[in-house]
Amino acid sequence: MSALEVDSIDVHYGDFQALWSVSLSVAAGGTLAIIGANGAGKSTLLGAIAGSRRLTNGAIRFEGQDVSSLPAHARVALGITLVPEGRRLFPSLTVEENLSLGGFSRRTGPWSLKRIYELLPIVAKLRHRHANELSGGEQQAVAIGRALMNNPRVLLLDELSLGLAPVVIKSLYAVLPDVSSTGTAVLLVEQDVGQALAAADRVECLLEGRVTLEGDAKDLDRDSLRAAYFGV
Amino acid sequence: MVWVNAVVQGLMLGGLYALFACGLSLMFGVMRTVNLAHGDLSVVAAYGSLALVDSLGWSPFTTLIVVIPGMAVVGYVLQRLVLDRALGISALAPLLATFGLSIALQNLLLQIESSDSRILPTGSFGISSWQISGKLSIGWLPLLTLGVAIIGLLGIELFLQRARLGTAMRATRDDPATAQLMGIDARKMYAIAAMLALASVGVAGVFLGMRTTFTPTSGSDYLIFAFEAVVIGGIGSVRGTLAGGLVLGVAQTVGSQINTADPILIGHLVFLTVLVVRPRGLFRASVLA
Repeated sequence: MSALEVDSIDVHYGDFQALWSVSLSVAAGGTLAIIGANGAGKSTLLGAIAGSRRLTNGAIRFEGQDVSSLPAHARVALGITLVPEGRRLFPSLTVEENLSLGGFSRRTGPWSLKRIYELLPIVAKLRHRHANELSGGEQQAVAIGRALMNNPRVLLLDELSLGLAPVVIKSLYAVLPDVSSTGTAVLLVEQDVGQALAAADRVECLLEGRVTLEGDAKDLDRDSLRAAYFGV
Repeated sequence: MVWVNAVVQGLMLGGLYALFACGLSLMFGVMRTVNLAHGDLSVVAAYGSLALVDSLGWSPFTTLIVVIPGMAVVGYVLQRLVLDRALGISALAPLLATFGLSIALQNLLLQIESSDSRILPTGSFGISSWQISGKLSIGWLPLLTLGVAIIGLLGIELFLQRARLGTAMRATRDDPATAQLMGIDARKMYAIAAMLALASVGVAGVFLGMRTTFTPTSGSDYLIFAFEAVVIGGIGSVRGTLAGGLVLGVAQTVGSQINTADPILIGHLVFLTVLVVRPRGLFRASVLA
């Protein structure tokens, strides 16, 4: 059974249809990368899984259970956790308060403040600072730590690399194997195709709200990828 | 000695203002909702207390065991039935909704009660005082009010800063959508904050009614003092509101020594000065997103 199964979902913004019968599945411990150009519907897809976007059709199943009608906060309690685009830390709270709120649902599992400080030493150094005083890379590290505090079964990562220096991106992606090894399914959205292919074992490409390609990350050839990405 | 007395009495008065402003500060601090019915709700609490005093012969203090939970329920209903829905429409809608509620409450009270001014009876306690020297005495009731204000407001501040739910409320204040992604039900946080705010309004209403006379329309007269206390202290900070209330109280009583004709004027001038010199208030506890 897949940890997460998205079954032909449609999402609309008013009259505009953003997703057209999109399906995917991620196994426990697996990593799926969603790639695609700006406006392809990648963030919408993650929002739909996290519960901040409503479906107009289809279903989302978590460990076999249909969660399509649950509000976002109830999905978090089950173990579906999103690291939102743009980090979205709570600016007036300290780093440690941000992290502790990640564990608001009191789910048990391998992750604790102590484990996160070991995994991300930079976060440990910043623990008493306010979130609005951090650099983009520092914020992203805290946002990942905050999501792990929920002990997620499904971790959704939206554009980790956005606006960050390559060396910082590399250090953040280096954390993912530790997360997958605990059996957590990782679904990541990325504009940087090279980064996505390196981090994931499976890849799906979205184009204008439709799935145009799906396959193992190591089997994909550049030409079919280019065709799926740009639609040419 | 006249000045010492003015400052001491001002602190006592400020305690009442702080207690009164607490609910307004909390609702604005967590929901970003300006509750224009705030003053009228405290008058409702005072009338509720008076009804219990008249019918059951209780002391006003005893009525608090009914008034506090009763007002908390009012807060829950107000948030769930009115403010949550209004928040979904626009940022202005809650303001208009509470404005309407204010008018409705005033007229409802005029229908049920009358426009005669009433006071909650406190017997000999209300007029007895602690004589410190020939020119300085402190009334027990104002002193108790100040004590309740300090304990209440600092208690709420401690809850917001330290408790798990308090931290969740501050996060919801910063960014409700992201709070949902942490598993926090924003509507539940709002409901709890509203219950806490209205419970404090209940306490403030009873203390106000023991200290001075009230009529169905006196709530809006006091609303301006609550606003000034919140702004002087710094929006979003409950301990700031405590300080703001004390500053306003002292400004008014010291002002009455300078200009006996219009003591309130000095209070307003201090408020305006704070707005000009330190527009974010004395305590800048929170970062506004």
